[in-house]
Amino acid sequence: MQRFSFIHVLAWATACFLILPILVVIPISVTPERYLSLPTNSMSFGHYANLVGDARWSKSILDSLIVASGATVLSTALGTAFAVGAWRLGVPLARRLRLLMLAPIIVPPIVHAIAFYRAWAVVGLLDSYLGLVLIHAMKGLPFVVLTVAASLANLDHRLEQAARSLGATPGQAMRWVVLPQVATGVVSGAAFAFITSWDETIVALFVTSRRVVTLPRRIWEGLADNIDPAIAALGTLMVLITVAAVVINTLRTQRRTA
Amino acid sequence: MSAAAVASSGTPRGERLYWALLVLPCVFLGLFYVVPVINVLVMSVTVPRLGLSNYADLVANPAVRRVLWTTVRIGVLTTAITLLLGYIVAYALVHTSARQRQTLLAIVVASFWISVLIRAFAWVAILQSAGLVNSALMGLGLIDSPLQLVRNEVGVMIGMVHYMLPYAILPLYANMSGIDRSLVPAARALGATPAQAFRWVFLPMSLPGLIGAGIIVLIFSLGFYITPAILGGGKTIMVAEYISVQISETLRWGLAAMLATTLLASVLLLVFWLSRFMDVEAALRK
Repeated sequence: MQRFSFIHVLAWATACFLILPILVVIPISVTPERYLSLPTNSMSFGHYANLVGDARWSKSILDSLIVASGATVLSTALGTAFAVGAWRLGVPLARRLRLLMLAPIIVPPIVHAIAFYRAWAVVGLLDSYLGLVLIHAMKGLPFVVLTVAASLANLDHRLEQAARSLGATPGQAMRWVVLPQVATGVVSGAAFAFITSWDETIVALFVTSRRVVTLPRRIWEGLADNIDPAIAALGTLMVLITVAAVVINTLRTQRRTA
Repeated sequence: MSAAAVASSGTPRGERLYWALLVLPCVFLGLFYVVPVINVLVMSVTVPRLGLSNYADLVANPAVRRVLWTTVRIGVLTTAITLLLGYIVAYALVHTSARQRQTLLAIVVASFWISVLIRAFAWVAILQSAGLVNSALMGLGLIDSPLQLVRNEVGVMIGMVHYMLPYAILPLYANMSGIDRSLVPAARALGATPAQAFRWVFLPMSLPGLIGAGIIVLIFSLGFYITPAILGGGKTIMVAEYISVQISETLRWGLAAMLATTLLASVLLLVFWLSRFMDVEAALRK
């Protein structure tokens, strides 16, 4: 193994640049002041209490959970259906349609934000849960298609055909043979879809106003007027969850490869 | 489809189920996604009146020209800095012990998943005039008045490089992992200096990854909205924020639609170019 060289020092410095600035939310979240500051003499968990106690924050957490859950169910169902259909049929058309499925991650968010704003006004879906669920489902769809397609890539077509020739109906073959094989892909696709919706900001800023206020919209408004340290409390929780998920995942792959 | 597959999959009833599975999501996306987006493209030549008058603004309107130039300048600079730092991290990832690699990768992936808003918030807290950097420098007596680190291009680019780095590191790392580890030692054994071995062996083989990662970062940079809007503070305006202002404040739909179309066309061109260097699907996967 190479010795610790200049390149490694630079790489670790870049890693510090990636992670350390984010951690600044942790001390800010326990400041006793009502404005953005570092705690000097005392600590306070008041901003965490605000996330639950302040009706605006708790409504936003609930709204985000509702929208993200709805969007996850819809995009997981549609994305899995598409990936399975494309895998089983294997026609060139399916490959071309896959590019269409990727559109929501290729098209710049501001472009579809104004498109949805215009279209949702026409069909009366502005500022509604259904309207935002539909949009977030479309934004999550490509991730589900990609992960499920990846888990299908190594699955033999003949398994499904064998089930059929042994007397299974198409639905039974799907339920008992194909779906169990793609379960892990579906679960990670669903996780992608959930996080995509949970984080989505730009379209939410355009198509919602008063009735539906998801967390990113709430944070955005908090950043715009006076910077509320409750954002730091929320950020701390989100950072801790992310770090925990990554550490658990790293340890799991470590054990698998060891 | 092979003859065997046709023979055993036989009944149209089975095929019909899979066709339905394939087509239903496409209809959903076509109706709710493609139609609204095409509507915007059409608006660029029909609002306020039929014709290319909106596109004339690309050259005739100084405000539009300034925004586009800002967008390209920040996009290209961000991409260059991100690629340099990303290349170093990816190189270190390939040339280090398994233990260090895991820690380094975990840091990259963790920063990837943390909400863009929380990251922008953290940067505002650090860089603003009463923020950590300025308080520390003034506390140490190094400066008398706070440095202007946000609400300008410096702040926007710090935030953007920070956001884009994982998008560069992960594809670069995937590419470099595929390079045969015995090639550089072979070049060294044949008399190349370490610099020569890197320049003539490793670098050319990592070039597809470098170009691919660069295009991905450029695609996301050009259309970036959140970080530039928060860290630019209304002073440094990129095209996505400008489009948003046209819709929400000045109500100039024609101009907004034209800029959106231009942005989309540039991104599609870059994606087309990207497809020559790497698998677009693999590149877009988180």
